[in-house]
Amino acid sequence: MTTRSTFLGAAAVLALSTGAALADPAVIFDLGGKFDKSFNESAFTGAERWKAETGTAYGEFELTAEPQREQAIRRFAEQGYSPIVMVGFMSATPLNEIAPDYPDTKFVIVDAVVEQPNVQSVVFNEHEGSYLVGMLAGMASESGTVGFVGGMDIPLIRKFGCGYAQGVKAANPDATVLANFTGTTPAAWNDPARGSELTLAQISQGADVVFAAAGATGVGVLQTAADEDILSIGVDSNQNYLHPGEVLTSMVKRVDNAVYDAMKAGEAVEPGVQVLGVASEGVGYALDEHNEALITPEMRAAVDDASARIASGELTVHDYMSDETCPAISF
Amino acid sequence: MTSAVQSQTQSQGQSQGQSQATPAIELRGISKAFGPVQANKDISIRVMPGTIHGIIGENGAGKSTLMSILYGFYHADSGEILIDGRPTRIPDSQAAIRAGIGMVFQHFKLVENFTVLENVVLGAEDSGLLRPSLARARSELRRLAQDYELEVDPDAVIEEIGVGFQQRVEILKALYRKADILILDEPTGVLTPPEADHLFRILRNLREQGKTIILITHKLREIMEITDTVSVMRRGEMTATVRTADTSPAQLAELMVGRKVLLQVDKAPAHPGAPVLEVENLRVTDAKGVERLKGVSLAVRAGEILGIAGVAGNGQSELLQVLGGTMRATGAVRLNGRPLDLSGREDARDRRAAGIGHVPEDRQTQGLILDFAAWENVALGYHDREAYTNGPMMDQAAMKADTADKMQRFDVRPPNPLLAAKNFSGGNQQKIVVAREIESGPALLLIGQPTRGVDIGAIEFIHKQIVALRDQGKAILLVSVELDEILSLSDRIAVMFDGRIMGERLAGQTDAGELGLLMAGITEGAR
Amino acid sequence: MDRMPRWADLVLIPVISLLLAAVISGLVILAIGHNPLEALGIMVSGSVGSTYGWGYTLYYATNFMFTGLAVAVANHARLFNIGGEGQAVIGGLGVALVALYIPWPHWSLALLGSIAASALFGAAWAAIPAILQAKRGSHIVITTIMFNFIAAALLNYLLVGPLKPTGTMETATAPFPEATHIPSFRDMFSFGETILFRGTPANLAFFLAVLLCLLVWLLIWKTRLGYEIRAFGFSEGAARYAGIGSTKIIVVTMLISGALAGMMAVNNTLGEAERLILNAVEGAGFIGIAVALMGRSHPLGVFLASILFGILYQGGGELQFALGIPREMIVVIQALVIMFTGALDNMVRMPLERLFARRRPAPAPVAPPGPTLHPPGRPAAPTNPGTAATE
Repeated sequence: MTTRSTFLGAAAVLALSTGAALADPAVIFDLGGKFDKSFNESAFTGAERWKAETGTAYGEFELTAEPQREQAIRRFAEQGYSPIVMVGFMSATPLNEIAPDYPDTKFVIVDAVVEQPNVQSVVFNEHEGSYLVGMLAGMASESGTVGFVGGMDIPLIRKFGCGYAQGVKAANPDATVLANFTGTTPAAWNDPARGSELTLAQISQGADVVFAAAGATGVGVLQTAADEDILSIGVDSNQNYLHPGEVLTSMVKRVDNAVYDAMKAGEAVEPGVQVLGVASEGVGYALDEHNEALITPEMRAAVDDASARIASGELTVHDYMSDETCPAISF
Repeated sequence: MTSAVQSQTQSQGQSQGQSQATPAIELRGISKAFGPVQANKDISIRVMPGTIHGIIGENGAGKSTLMSILYGFYHADSGEILIDGRPTRIPDSQAAIRAGIGMVFQHFKLVENFTVLENVVLGAEDSGLLRPSLARARSELRRLAQDYELEVDPDAVIEEIGVGFQQRVEILKALYRKADILILDEPTGVLTPPEADHLFRILRNLREQGKTIILITHKLREIMEITDTVSVMRRGEMTATVRTADTSPAQLAELMVGRKVLLQVDKAPAHPGAPVLEVENLRVTDAKGVERLKGVSLAVRAGEILGIAGVAGNGQSELLQVLGGTMRATGAVRLNGRPLDLSGREDARDRRAAGIGHVPEDRQTQGLILDFAAWENVALGYHDREAYTNGPMMDQAAMKADTADKMQRFDVRPPNPLLAAKNFSGGNQQKIVVAREIESGPALLLIGQPTRGVDIGAIEFIHKQIVALRDQGKAILLVSVELDEILSLSDRIAVMFDGRIMGERLAGQTDAGELGLLMAGITEGAR
Repeated sequence: MDRMPRWADLVLIPVISLLLAAVISGLVILAIGHNPLEALGIMVSGSVGSTYGWGYTLYYATNFMFTGLAVAVANHARLFNIGGEGQAVIGGLGVALVALYIPWPHWSLALLGSIAASALFGAAWAAIPAILQAKRGSHIVITTIMFNFIAAALLNYLLVGPLKPTGTMETATAPFPEATHIPSFRDMFSFGETILFRGTPANLAFFLAVLLCLLVWLLIWKTRLGYEIRAFGFSEGAARYAGIGSTKIIVVTMLISGALAGMMAVNNTLGEAERLILNAVEGAGFIGIAVALMGRSHPLGVFLASILFGILYQGGGELQFALGIPREMIVVIQALVIMFTGALDNMVRMPLERLFARRRPAPAPVAPPGPTLHPPGRPAAPTNPGTAATE
């Protein structure tokens, strides 16, 4: 084995692969790659935070092909990593098949549910967070028309849109919610120009608040909203800083926390389904110095009240994915 | 001889006694190879100023390569070029122009939608502004037109004037660039005989004015008519340089081919039988809406050869394609009394089934697939005949055996059925096509440009095969732009001009002069 | 004249291209701080050093064989089918429909049904561009590209809506029933205690691909239809002259091509995923173009090039596992190989041709010309080397 320092990292991995089981965690990023400005990147942030705190390395793999899902899970399991954290719902089916082969390994999957005794499933109540930002949009809107720009048209994004629409209607029953999706292929996650076009179209129909749930496409939505002097709402991470005073708020989904928590728990990670909602602060709305002028005390009080009622179970926000219908909007 | 040239030539210690004056252009020991192919081997020529020098040779003899070297398109592997006695390097065509060399290519290099004037000036503008150049060019053109009988309307658009005029524009371009040496590559290929005559008058004028002209051609008649000296090339070598007055067509042909050739086709009088092909009022309109055939009617009888004369592009190709089943038409065509479908429902395969063999005008893009082996080409168009097939599979053994047999009987060299068509010479390629079409046993053989790009030896052989087929009582429709070929092969001659038959003559009762006028669209009545 | 021997064309050029790609890839790896030789070792041993590696390599290779053959067949008719991607997507739809909605009693019947359905769907997807080309002259490159997008959109619609089981987040159909699962290499080649190809996706479809290589070879070089396809491809004018109808050849060739691309679904959907997922094809349709180019549109060449690309795919994954080389770099390496073997063919070919031309014995030494009627002056002055004309 080489002594050159550049190869120390490789040497460590090779040492692991030869069976010196250290039960380090591993993270498998989905096809978007770990710099996708969306949930993969959020997961990467969480993993890096854990690494910085513990000073321990972790195994990582970025998928480039579908069959690698199974390959990557098996490789890490056989090399003794645990827990193996993967983000992305597409890994649910392979994991469901593979998990029983490695009963001593713990797995964590974010954004999907896999019912196996050694798997922790972390899902988010995105509809709850979206409901809160929807309320803010409904209250902030002067025209009574608000917009929603989704990325790729899949149920998960409709779940965002549906929660958002419910929140808008809760704040202003007469409000109109415009909903558009950027596209039907994965390219829809990374098309800021199209996001900008859709935003302009919604503005021309009277929208004065637009919620972007569209990955990197949202950058174009937020930019156009700022240019056109209307309000926008960011997604996943806190995007308020992008256009201070022009971004109403952000619907934050703490994938980083989920990954960090799983890695921190290590092999003691608890199997079962972890639902991160408003109550557990897995989702919520962002309030910081960039948008505090936009959120009036009344708005804040109303949203915090709704938050509390959701957390207590008093208020239920309809989940689009439970039955693929939405009471507040039709897609 | 200048002292500079003296010192150049003394160093080789050879006698230069033959030179009395400085040649306008001299090539010494030019060699050029393309990979394994030696296109030019140690070529030396000297052309005196104010003379017309012919270079004759078969296709592939290396004439065009030599001229491309002279014009800077290729660079010789060895040898040198002297202009007016001075060794001159010609790395590109700009250098050639500076050295006073002008070139008129076989395929004109004109911008179709520019005017004559614009084409002449193109690339020779003398300032950034176009207008002064054009004004200067206009007066210069007027002067050249007077001096050399080169009248062209300077404001005519190229695509709207005839090929004869386009060629004059090419000559004007060269003269405008102050060319003293003019090279013309196969200049009469696209011209009618009257147009060719006019070109020769222009060339004689240029000679009188002291210009030096190099004429590249494969037509013996032109060499004899206009040149002062002639060089013969064969397989990349210069086999002879002679004064035209001291030679004869037969001697030149022998020098070109390397053996004695029969220039005249030896054939007995025809004994025509019943009409095999009857064509009535055939009309074709092309995709651009231009009418290409304007009511052609003709008949070919068993045991005769009907030759269609005409300058290329006057509807002969369309006639062949309609009869061969690759083009739609209106009108009526009957083969042995049975009508053919012209609507496009019948294709070339149906025509073959009906008994029409077809040697197409262009063997490279139609008659052969150059990347196919000979055996695959021998099956082209006949690949679904029972003898060649075995259910959905091809019977390759039968195809190869049959090809070997045909190659042997038609003297195709090398007689290797596995060799790709592109590796055969033009003459041998044509023999493959002719063998295929004749051996299919057609009632009517369509044959277009049977000897285009074919060496003289193969021409002789192919002509014999055509006559032999006629003597078996088959009908033959021959299309050729070579008037000599039409005159020597045909029993009857029809002349096409502008999509019409201008007239029909018996071969024995007409001559090139009469046919030439018909080819130019001039009938007795109009004269 | 052929410029160089056949073996040089078929073997030397790909090998040199590969070496060039390897050298430049090595520099890339060196630049990001890893040892190129170590990386090469990992790539090779990870892809062909164990049945595990082979299990992945051959799985990827199988995909590329289907799409490579599809491109190759179309190439013979000089049709540039870049719609393999879409045809494979739609082929997957065919497999999913028959696997989900027909109660197959045994996998062998399910396999036959899937082959038929995927071929039919793929062919149908290629048929529309083919007819547009044959009848209306719409350029097949453009139409097939557009049909890739339409296929992606259609599949997306189906996997977000009608074909997706309610309540799941995955854009995929429900898993296919047990009875449709065709044997994997592990099922086929493990004996008793010895488990080979463990956890790998290679499956029976590999043999289908090999069989199709053979059938395509027979089709192109031994049948009348193949003769007509090649004739049309080499010279449309000569084909028309021979009575080979362009409409028929274009449509039939594209149907075959589309069917071949569609059958890729037997490997990736029926054999591997056992459900239809949204991005199941993952660019294999485009890799097929590189495979066909590198394989000179010959089935044997396609077979070998597919294995090579399988090695690149699996070896690239191993590099990421072992050295943590970022996946973007691995894509760069794969792209270099595609570029050198596919697109930059002439860069290697032309110098080689010159080399062979030089090595070949010169045809008949140039003797001084015999006495002619005009003794030519032969200068002994040094020849003028000059610079080559660039016109």
